[in-house]
Amino acid sequence: MSRRSVDREDPDRLYTVTGGRTRADETAFDSVSLIVGECEPTPGMQSEHAKILQLARRPMAVVEISAELRLPVSVVKILLRDLLDTNRITVRHPSAITRAGRPDPETLKQVLLALHDL
Amino acid sequence: MDALKIVVVGGFGVGKTTLVGSVSEIRPLSTEEVMTQASVGVDDASRVRGKSTTTVAFDFGRITLDASRVLYLFGAPGQQRFWFVWDQLFAGSLGAVVLVDTRRMEDSWYSIDRLEHHRMPFVVAVNRFTDGPSLEAVREALALAPDVPLIDCDARKRSSGKHVLITLVEHLTRLHEGSTQ
Repeated sequence: MSRRSVDREDPDRLYTVTGGRTRADETAFDSVSLIVGECEPTPGMQSEHAKILQLARRPMAVVEISAELRLPVSVVKILLRDLLDTNRITVRHPSAITRAGRPDPETLKQVLLALHDL
Repeated sequence: MDALKIVVVGGFGVGKTTLVGSVSEIRPLSTEEVMTQASVGVDDASRVRGKSTTTVAFDFGRITLDASRVLYLFGAPGQQRFWFVWDQLFAGSLGAVVLVDTRRMEDSWYSIDRLEHHRMPFVVAVNRFTDGPSLEAVREALALAPDVPLIDCDARKRSSGKHVLITLVEHLTRLHEGSTQ
């Protein structure tokens, strides 16, 4: 890891980015929920929000946004919540796991075929 | 578009990122999650500013499976103190790969215990650095159930990484068939 841990950088940075909030609604986003931007960044928008909208011009997973912004996943979820609440993004949740907690067999079949073709 | 995930867990230096990188279409990306001492339910903003917060880094890669599916592969350290974070980040994964270095098999015990507890299906892959114990001896040392697939791999090789993933998905398929019969 070449990056420094958050502990050793400005401790107020994450606090400022999220306006002091520490908890996202965890149910709103999975780590691989795909985020789709529904508008362009506007002047005066918080820079992290603007960056997310730029990244999400194509569907992008929460973890990828986290890596690009160099912000922890839970902080990104708080920022995404803001954008979701103002209809600036939409979310596509992963659907592979059925309610029984098992992946659907058709999905497994397709994954297996695709892996063989790699 | 739908996203799927598979987790690769193992001790430090066992080759998780190498395995992820060998099959990923992108160079593995690195990110992190915040971990508080209490780990869950911390709403008090003042604590974020204190020393109770630390971060856990993890890597991930991506495989576009077809026009409508993307598979994310996560490499995550399996030590006990990190599992609060993984529980949440990796919930809903198809399954897991436990990557083992036979020189430090004890690094895998906690991960295996945890995956069993969560009923998360997994396979075990031995990343061979040197000649070591046979797979039978590894199975015994890890107290693996007979139905858990155990294979050798070379995490640097794409074909080997691919084989590990295929072994996992075949295992998932068998489990599914078993549960519907």
